[in-house]
Amino acid sequence: MTDSFAAATADAVTAASADSYARIVAALIRVTGDWTLAEDCAQEALTLALQRWPREGVPGEPGGWLMTVARNRAIDVLRRASVERRKLAELAVLALADPGPAPAAEELVDDRLRLIFTCCHPALALEARVALTLRTIGGVPTADIARAFLVSESTMTRRLTRAKKKIADAGIPYRVPTGRALTERLPGVLAVLYLLFTYGYNADGRPAFADEAIRLARLLRQLMPGQGEVSALLALFLFQHSRRDARRDLHGNLLALDKQDRLRWDHAAIAEGLRALAGTTENGPYALQARIAACHATATSADATDWPAIATWYDRLAGIQPSPVIELNRAVAHGYAHGPAAGLALLAWARASGALDDYPLAIAVEADLTARHGDRDRAAALFRRAAAAAHSESERRALLERARCEDPRQRRSAEWSRESAAMPRQPESGPARP
Amino acid sequence: MKYMMFVCTDTEPDTDKTDEPDIDVWVSENDARGRRLEGSVLAPTSAATTVRVRNGQLLVSDGPFTESKEVIVGYDLLECADLDEAIEVARAHPMAREGRLELRPLVDL
Repeated sequence: MTDSFAAATADAVTAASADSYARIVAALIRVTGDWTLAEDCAQEALTLALQRWPREGVPGEPGGWLMTVARNRAIDVLRRASVERRKLAELAVLALADPGPAPAAEELVDDRLRLIFTCCHPALALEARVALTLRTIGGVPTADIARAFLVSESTMTRRLTRAKKKIADAGIPYRVPTGRALTERLPGVLAVLYLLFTYGYNADGRPAFADEAIRLARLLRQLMPGQGEVSALLALFLFQHSRRDARRDLHGNLLALDKQDRLRWDHAAIAEGLRALAGTTENGPYALQARIAACHATATSADATDWPAIATWYDRLAGIQPSPVIELNRAVAHGYAHGPAAGLALLAWARASGALDDYPLAIAVEADLTARHGDRDRAAALFRRAAAAAHSESERRALLERARCEDPRQRRSAEWSRESAAMPRQPESGPARP
Repeated sequence: MKYMMFVCTDTEPDTDKTDEPDIDVWVSENDARGRRLEGSVLAPTSAATTVRVRNGQLLVSDGPFTESKEVIVGYDLLECADLDEAIEVARAHPMAREGRLELRPLVDL
C-alpha cells in the first residue's frame, strides 16, 4: 500500500469527520441523553474508519457508515448497561439510511442546532460554553482546548465533565428555544462563536479555532437562514480571516491595515463574506461590524478606503452598543473621513468617562491624529508615551519608530525611512493562494 | 423536575420600574398551572437561629450562617419541565427585579 493511498484515506476520514462528528454526537445525545457516551461512540467510529477504510476502501456514504457504527456501538454499551427498552427502540431507528417513522415536528430541528444551543446555555460559565462547543461540536481534542485556555489537560477534562454534569443536574434542556427565548439566546450563541474566533485570531492564538468558528458559523447560517446576525457574523469572520496571510511582517510582527499587501488577502473569503452580507438587511451589532469590515476588505488600497461610510457605520454601532473601544474606533474613522480635528474632538469625548485612561491604543490614536493635525512635537511626545504603555515589544518598537519620525531632530532621516517603508513589499515565500 | 427557588435581596435592584409584576398574580398563575408547589416569605434574619452539634454538645447561636448584605427572604418550590421553564417562571417574579433569585434543582433520590 502506498503512502499516498494511506494519506488519501486519512483525508477521507478527516473530511467525513468534519461533516459527521457533530451530527453523530448530537443525534446520540438526543436519544441517550448521555454526552460522554455520545462522544466516545463518535470517536470510536472514527478510529474504526481509520483502521478499515485503508483495507476495505472508503464507503459510498462515509457519514452514514460512521453514524451506523457509532449507533451500534451505543446500542452495545447501553445493552450491557441494560437500560430501559424504549431507548434501545429509539436507537434502532437512528440510522441515516433508515429514518424510521416520520419524526414529530420538534424532531425536524437539526440535532446539531440543539447541541449548539445547549452548549451555549447561559446557565453555564462562559469559558465552559466555549470549551464544550469546541469539544462536542468541533470534536477538538481536550488537550488542544486545554492549551488554548492555558490549563492542564486534566483541568480541562474536569471542567468539561463539570459542565456536562451541570447540564444533567440543572435540567438544561436539549432544545432550540423559540419565540422571545430564541431572540434572547441567539446573541449568546454568537458571542461564543465570536470568542472562539478570537481565540484563533489573536496574535498568539490557535489558528485552527478560527477555522472552526467559521465552519460553525457556516453551519449555523445554513440551519437558521432567516437570522441576519448569523450571516453577518460569518461575513465578519471571513473578512478578518481573509487577512491572515498578510497581517504579519517577516519578523512575525502584526502589521496595520495600511501596511498590508492587499494582494495577499484571501479574495475568495472576501467574496463569500460579501455574499453572506448581501442577504441581510439587519442592523444588529455584527451586521454593522461586518459592514465596516467590508469597507476595508473591498478597498483596493488604504487610500481608497471609504472612510465616510465607515464613520457612519461606527456612529450607528456606538448608538446600539456603546463602549469605549467602539468610541475610540469611531474617532479614528471620523479622523480619516472628516479630518484630524473631528477625530480629536470625538476622542476627547470618548475619553471623558476615564475608561480609556492608560489604554495605549488611545494614546497612539491621539498621537496619530495630532501628527496629522500638524503638531508634530506634541505628536512625538505622545508616541513616546504610548510606547511606554504598550503591551508588547513589537508594538513598543513600532510606536518609538513613529515618535522618531515626528521628532524635529530626526525628521530628515525619518522622511527617508518612511519612504522606504512605503515601498511595495515582495510577497513572502510560501504556498500560493488560489 | 423540582427546583427550589431562593428569593434574595440585592444591593443593586433594577431602576426600571415599568410593568412591574404583581406577586399575587404570579403566585395564583403558577399555582393554577401546577408550577408552584409551595412557598413562603421568611421572617428577617434577626429572627434566625443557628444550630450545631459538636462533640455531642448542642451549640445554639443567634443569627444566620453568614452575615451578608444579600439575604434570603423567601422561597418557592417549583415543578418545571426543565431549567428553561424554571427561568421563565423566575423572570416573572417581582423579586427578579427587586433582588435576585437562585434556582437549585432538588436531587431525585
